[in-house]
Amino acid sequence: MPEAVHHHHPALAHHFDDLEQQKEAATLGMWVFLVTEVLFFGGLFLVYTVYRAWYSEAFAVASHELDVTLGTINTAVLITSSLTMALAVHAAQLGQRRLVIIFLVATMALGAAFLGIKSIEYYHKFTEHHVPGPSFAFEPHEYARHAQIFFSLYFIMTGLHALHMVIGLGIMTWMLWWAWRGTITAEYYSPIEVSGLYWHFVDIVWIFLFPLLYLIGRHVH
Amino acid sequence: MATVVHPARHYLNDGYGISSWLLTRDHKRIALLYLAAVTFFFFVGGAMAVMIRLELATPVGDLVTDETYNKLFTMHGVMMVFFFLIPVIPAVLGNFLVPIMIGAKDLAFPKINLLSWYIYIIGGLFTLYALVAGGVDTGWTFYTPFSTVASTTNVVPTALGIFITGFSSILTGLNFIVTIHRMRAPGMTWFRMPLFLWSTYATSLINVLGTPVIAITVLLVAAERVFHFGFFDPRVGGDPVLFQHLFWFYSHPAVYIMVLPAMGVISELVAAGCRKPVFGYSFVAFASLAIAVLGFLVWGHHMFVAGESVYSALIFSILSFLVAIPSAVKVFNWTATMYKGSVSWETPMLYAYGFIGLFTIGGLTGLFLAAIAVDVHVTDTYFVIAHFHYIMVGGTIMGYLGGLHYWWPKISGRLYNEGLAKLSAGIIFVGFNLTFFPQFVLGYLGMPRRYHAYPPEFQVLNVLSSAGASILGVGYLIPMVYLMWSLRYGRLAGSNPWGAVGLEWTTSSPPPTENFAETPVVTWDPYEYPAADVEGHVA
Repeated sequence: MPEAVHHHHPALAHHFDDLEQQKEAATLGMWVFLVTEVLFFGGLFLVYTVYRAWYSEAFAVASHELDVTLGTINTAVLITSSLTMALAVHAAQLGQRRLVIIFLVATMALGAAFLGIKSIEYYHKFTEHHVPGPSFAFEPHEYARHAQIFFSLYFIMTGLHALHMVIGLGIMTWMLWWAWRGTITAEYYSPIEVSGLYWHFVDIVWIFLFPLLYLIGRHVH
Repeated sequence: MATVVHPARHYLNDGYGISSWLLTRDHKRIALLYLAAVTFFFFVGGAMAVMIRLELATPVGDLVTDETYNKLFTMHGVMMVFFFLIPVIPAVLGNFLVPIMIGAKDLAFPKINLLSWYIYIIGGLFTLYALVAGGVDTGWTFYTPFSTVASTTNVVPTALGIFITGFSSILTGLNFIVTIHRMRAPGMTWFRMPLFLWSTYATSLINVLGTPVIAITVLLVAAERVFHFGFFDPRVGGDPVLFQHLFWFYSHPAVYIMVLPAMGVISELVAAGCRKPVFGYSFVAFASLAIAVLGFLVWGHHMFVAGESVYSALIFSILSFLVAIPSAVKVFNWTATMYKGSVSWETPMLYAYGFIGLFTIGGLTGLFLAAIAVDVHVTDTYFVIAHFHYIMVGGTIMGYLGGLHYWWPKISGRLYNEGLAKLSAGIIFVGFNLTFFPQFVLGYLGMPRRYHAYPPEFQVLNVLSSAGASILGVGYLIPMVYLMWSLRYGRLAGSNPWGAVGLEWTTSSPPPTENFAETPVVTWDPYEYPAADVEGHVA
């Protein structure tokens, strides 16, 4: 492709030589950001691992209190949203504006559904007094102290994951606007691709959270 | 010197008014925004230090109460560590130099660069709020369970301030990594990069890998305080030592966030001051990466007395000793660079000499602390305080001031008063050593840190230290005056006042907004000083 075309592309920022360099920078930037996210959640996974090892019985008992059915549905919802996200990126690469919009809306709908189901679960935990703090209550009583650590981890891990979903929905709204007004083209699709990377990452975090919080140790009791 | 021309058009006169600064995306202007902000926080943190040294001039607690004293050293640490030492060199000198040194027009993400300045300011405002609302008394280390259940002071606003500011470090690091990978000018290979960029790159790696961990850690502390979640609370089976592990996993590498960029600056100063290539370029470059990697594996040496197992302590001790190897590589290589060099006695070089000497003392006393038995003896004494001030003040601030003086003509287009600059460099060196050397002795004799009163037999050494601090304070104020003065009255610098090599000296001073009239093509190795330069002076 001739150099002149690049220079006149409206999406090309002044400090890049061409769109290719701009795309590579954006992609690398997102990968580096995701590395920071791995370390961010990594701190939580470390804390989880330590207490899981120390208080495995209490953690197994406490994990029984989580709703596996809703958790499983949510896992399926989220994996499907990753599929629609990947399809949105594919459509963007081909410059199919209508399909991009459809798949982005589908991704957002699935993301919102996940958050809705998560709120139902939170509501249940709230009514069951499983929110850590002064009103925390747990049976059998001998596990109550350590179960409080489990639920502290449950809320902070799923809560921060949910916060990432909300931020993801914000990014998707932005991308939807860009796709709608025609900024996203077969030549300039990196914003959708980079947003997709973020979305998939948030999904992967859940893929770890679900077994760790809901599934491991269930067979023991 | 040939007649110098001030460029008609440069980044400083490319737009006037407050919004041309507060909404700028030019990395050079953002560097100056950071310069103003970090200087402000330096003097806030410095004011706390003044109070601390005044209180310690007498053995009894007569100036402030013990509670106020706790808040003073906490806020001194928080301000200096998170709002000055960590950002100072990357955000000011790095921001200004990284794109210019690789021949780029700007950082890869100019808007994110501006955003990171605003994030820094917001984090700083949170912390200032915590300060004026009554302060915080946990020490900058926020050890649990004191910080989560016992302290009644403003832990949460301070923690949030640190959490927020962390994102500024992360975004700056991310921006540098992407810029160095993707924006280098044609011909600017990795091994043609100035060593400042290698150390900035290594620092950015630590920023990106370490900062998220302190972010989640202070978030857990805040959640434990606000929502009564249990992570580190022994009442529900939580482990306070786990907090220490998480805290030091970041906060030890943070020491290298502070000192690695200074090492990068020193490499530049030594090469320009000796008119020679840095001896063993690739060793110095890889030493930066080695320090970054090893720095992540030594956090346990902060916890030798915290109930760590003997075997962990052994491993952490050995690994801590290993950090000395790349650090020594740098010191030896700078010294070897000077050997038979045309050694300059201009201000930047004075700071470089200061850095090399003080960093060596700071580093060697670090080995005392890496040795478990000695560490147990001096844990939480003034020996530790003296050690890390030799690294952070003697290392980082010396490097920063040296770099600021070296690149000031590039940044401002003007020359400062060399006589005053040399004088203040001397005052800082004397004041620094008088402040902190007695603290080694105090610590070895057993004076604990973080107390506002002490036995009378320690008074002489404490008075020496306080006297040194007042000299040091004067030394820090003088550059403020003559650097500001030079902005208006300084002689024009010309594009290359030092006769140094490096892309930043090929463009005008101050540089144009887009840094170079046209993208440079690099065909030379770093620090390629003409042979005549060296030989001419050696003879």
